Amino acid sequence: MAAALRAPGVRFQWRIRAAAGGARGAAGRQGYDLLVIGGGSGGLACAKEAAQLGKKVAVVDYVEPSPRGTRWGLGGTCVNVGCIPKKLMHQAALLGGMIRDAPHYGWEVPPLVPHDWRKMAEAVQNHVKSLNWGHRVQLQDRKVKYFNIKASFVNEHMVCGVTKDGKETLLSAEHIVIATGGRPRYPTHIEGALEYGITSDDIFWLKESPGKTLVVGASYVALECAGFLTGLGLDATVMVRSIPLRGFDQQMSSLVTEYMASHGTRFLRGCTPSRVGRLPDGQLQVTWEDLASGKKDVGTFDTVLWAIGRVPETRSLHLENAGVNTHPNSQKILVDAGEATSVPHIYAIGDVAEGRPELTPPAVMAGKLLARRLCGQSSDLMDYDNVPTTVFTPLEYGCVGLSEEEAVARHGEEHVEVYHAYYKPLEFTVAERDASQCYIKMVCLREPPQLVLGLHFLGPNAGEVTQGFALGIKCGASYAQVMRTLGIHPTCAEEVAKLRITKRSGLDPTVTGC
Amino acid sequence: MSSPPGRRARLSSPGTGRSSSETREELRRRLLGLIEGNRVMIFSKSYCPHSTRVKELFSSLGVECHILELDQVDDGASVQEVLSEITNQRTVPNIFVNKVHMGGCEQTFQAHQSGVLEKLLQGDSAYDYDLIVIGGGSGGLACAQEAAVLGKKVMVLDFVLPSPQGTSWGLGGTCVNVGCIPKKLMHQAALLGQALIDSRKFGWEYNQQVKHNWETMTEAIQNHIGSLNWGYRLSLREKAVAYVNSYGEFVEHHKIKATNRKGQETCYTAAKFVIATGERPRYLGIQGDKEYCITSDDLFSLPYCPGKTLVVGASYVALECAGFLAGLGLDVTVMVRSILLRGFDQEMAEKVGSYMEQHGVKFLRKFVPVMIQQLEKGSPGKLRVVAESTEGPGAVEGVYNTVLLAIGRDSCTRKIGLEKIGVKINEKSGKIPVNDVEQTNVPYVYAIGDILEGKLELTPVAIQAGKLLARRLFGGRLEKCDYINVPTTVFTPLEYGCCGLSEEKAIEVHKKENLEVYHTLFWPLEWTVAGRDNNTCYAKIICNKFDNERVVGFHILGPNAGEVTQGFAAAMKCGLTKQLLDDTIGIHPTCGEVFTTLEITKASGLDITQKGC
Repeated sequence: MAAALRAPGVRFQWRIRAAAGGARGAAGRQGYDLLVIGGGSGGLACAKEAAQLGKKVAVVDYVEPSPRGTRWGLGGTCVNVGCIPKKLMHQAALLGGMIRDAPHYGWEVPPLVPHDWRKMAEAVQNHVKSLNWGHRVQLQDRKVKYFNIKASFVNEHMVCGVTKDGKETLLSAEHIVIATGGRPRYPTHIEGALEYGITSDDIFWLKESPGKTLVVGASYVALECAGFLTGLGLDATVMVRSIPLRGFDQQMSSLVTEYMASHGTRFLRGCTPSRVGRLPDGQLQVTWEDLASGKKDVGTFDTVLWAIGRVPETRSLHLENAGVNTHPNSQKILVDAGEATSVPHIYAIGDVAEGRPELTPPAVMAGKLLARRLCGQSSDLMDYDNVPTTVFTPLEYGCVGLSEEEAVARHGEEHVEVYHAYYKPLEFTVAERDASQCYIKMVCLREPPQLVLGLHFLGPNAGEVTQGFALGIKCGASYAQVMRTLGIHPTCAEEVAKLRITKRSGLDPTVTGC
Repeated sequence: MSSPPGRRARLSSPGTGRSSSETREELRRRLLGLIEGNRVMIFSKSYCPHSTRVKELFSSLGVECHILELDQVDDGASVQEVLSEITNQRTVPNIFVNKVHMGGCEQTFQAHQSGVLEKLLQGDSAYDYDLIVIGGGSGGLACAQEAAVLGKKVMVLDFVLPSPQGTSWGLGGTCVNVGCIPKKLMHQAALLGQALIDSRKFGWEYNQQVKHNWETMTEAIQNHIGSLNWGYRLSLREKAVAYVNSYGEFVEHHKIKATNRKGQETCYTAAKFVIATGERPRYLGIQGDKEYCITSDDLFSLPYCPGKTLVVGASYVALECAGFLAGLGLDVTVMVRSILLRGFDQEMAEKVGSYMEQHGVKFLRKFVPVMIQQLEKGSPGKLRVVAESTEGPGAVEGVYNTVLLAIGRDSCTRKIGLEKIGVKINEKSGKIPVNDVEQTNVPYVYAIGDILEGKLELTPVAIQAGKLLARRLFGGRLEKCDYINVPTTVFTPLEYGCCGLSEEKAIEVHKKENLEVYHTLFWPLEWTVAGRDNNTCYAKIICNKFDNERVVGFHILGPNAGEVTQGFAAAMKCGLTKQLLDDTIGIHPTCGEVFTTLEITKASGLDITQKGC
């Protein structure tokens, strides 16, 4: 079966090489070794790596404006409307917390310090623009041709690109990588959702403060946005239909939301919106239903932010022209372990590929490894196991490996040992901060040497703490090995190396003293 | 020859083919059983003249011994190996008296002459306590509590001699009172000062210059420390450890004199002792130093802002103190005799120093103070400092409000009667040499923490050593404290975290041509919008090319270095290699992720500056 699929591909390769050589080259039609559709983290990494290895590479990238008209430059979601601006706004919110800590540490700060959204947004946007520029320069340095065009497949080796002004370009390539990512989903059956709502595509580019905000959804995007909005002093409400942070460890996610609730974020649980309308004064009136009681309720907000999920950017690609198959439900592109689609010389990486984590670093690594394989440099496949990540909610949540639920599902409760601790970061003491949700949990196999299956860390700098341990888990660390690691005193991370209490024991997991 | 006294024991070895670790573990248990179960246990060889002398000695004392002749059992060689693991002694005779490892023939005769042997023979019941720990710091408390948990009768003696400036404090030792805890909190105060500056760039608005109030900060920190002191007292009480706030001094074997604040003396005896007295800051020995200078013992509870400060020394204590004082807005000068952060990677040390210099700390290099003179009394007063160049003639002088000495620390081992019971110390350094099970030359006396010769002066190390020691002494466990690849972090304004070897040490151990160093500068995302220094934060790993590019040294200079380093230290315990770093997916956007994408080797000489993004 595989051989049958591959054979026509090989034949085709030869023909297109000839085209790339110019023999059949028509006007406005250019041949490349590799064409990457989508200039996000994964696509750019793949393109740059291939170019560095001597291939003739082109990247096409086009940002369809959001329904609210927001658009941005090269670099994809992470740089423009994801990781970068959200971590910077999260940092702005954390700084607000530090301003409140400062008087405890002797700084004579005025009691109420207001926040200027405009100033922050401008600074963040300027930084993002500098990154866009940086990506352009990097492509140029590596001789990667960049086209700001919207691409769709003509056939399995040819793509047609349309510029903003409607000019068409045909590009052909031996290998094509689809890395178009995803965009926020709008609800389809809620009146006023599209007209009045915004998404994470817009929030980071708002010139003015969003004011009182309703965030609909309980994905990490929803919680992160609601978290920093609250931290910046805005009135933020999260409307959750079912559970927060689906797919993450549920004990951890309930601690995440508990912390947020105790720091001013409102939660409307078990509710779903039914209508958004504009009031004469410009405010938005949202109607929602309590799913348990069926009762309707109404509230007014300045902004409604949809964060109910993301849809892959596959609709305008005309994948059917190339014969690339997608998942019937998710619409994501089906790929094999080598990132190849149903068409062997067409690949998909990043958020657009079915079953892949929607995270920047795996996309970058997958892109690089794919380029190396295409150039015959290596045969290494991307390993999608144990991908560490961090949710930048007000209290950060870092994790790697399995959630407790998943570990139990895979190995059975009697074979899983969970070590855990509630700890208090030293900096919280003088600042008189509440550390009720600072919690660490290490999920291990119960049989010696107690292989570590998952690590979950809730607390300040969770990303920094988690990174190194992710490596340990990659190395197949056992509980015993982690315990043999001496702590760095005084840090939060050292608490991981001091986990002694098992959940099974029922003992109090609160850390006391040194 | 008459046959030696005592019964002969034989260890038959079932199934000599089994050489697995399980068999070894079984053997280990049998040996420990023999040691635990016999008043005197001698591992001997029938033809060894030294063994014979020892047997005769016990015979003359009329003491019954249990003897295992290694040359007469099948697994004698294995027994000798396991014994050497347990005792760090390979030779016979190998003697235990009441579970205490005596050593060989010579040590046993010495112990006999000094009276130790007779004391040991009397057995544990003759003493007030199973264990007395001298020093209630991190290591001592950990050891005492663990021993108590294991059911032993334990006492802790702790007494803080006031500093020359009159500062003293409660239970918990250096870390809690005058070390890690207050310094990290003052470091945090300084970081918050930086955060206030950053916050304006992130849209937070306030106009007036923000001033810092030393008294508010110090009071808050001292309150926290007070609660920790109290917590330790409580925790000792819960575990039924006797705590005596008295100064301990050995008066004879197994006997210690405890003197309280009022001068009342009480004597206590114990079967075993652990010395965990730690260290105190060193003085210069020049005119005016003890009268007018302060040390880290005084700084954290100083009731007034120190003002313009001269920090003498370039240890991590010196640089951390100078760093946070400058961060709190004070005028700070560091006087350095030779190099920064001796023992640490010198490239990193210089980068730590240059960041401080760029952020307002002045450095006076190659000078040592020769005189301190008081110009004005006050809180703070005014001091005149005269310093001489270390490189020839030339002197400088300056006027400061405060002079903080941080030139090193001295072990508290010279005034605790160690000479009375013959515990050897290094006469020059005052440190106590111990074997790999933290035992001194006097078999029933152990030592842990900062006073150990050639070991690390770190809280977590002392805690680990103390716990494991208690478990070995009283819990039948064997695990020894592992002093290899201990991570640490220096909390200078730009934090420096490391684990494993410095580049210098790596070259010494592995030879330069066998190493590959990967490095890069990086710009934390949070610093971009804040407009802070690009190309300042730095990451470096040192790999052994001929061992699968195993990482032998890990170094990071950047925010939250401690939090970043911890996990990598765990990974190093699991045998971290460069390939594994490359295979690990980063967490975006963090500083830690920089280690998953290191590409440039130092040997290549390629540019590591980050241009834009």
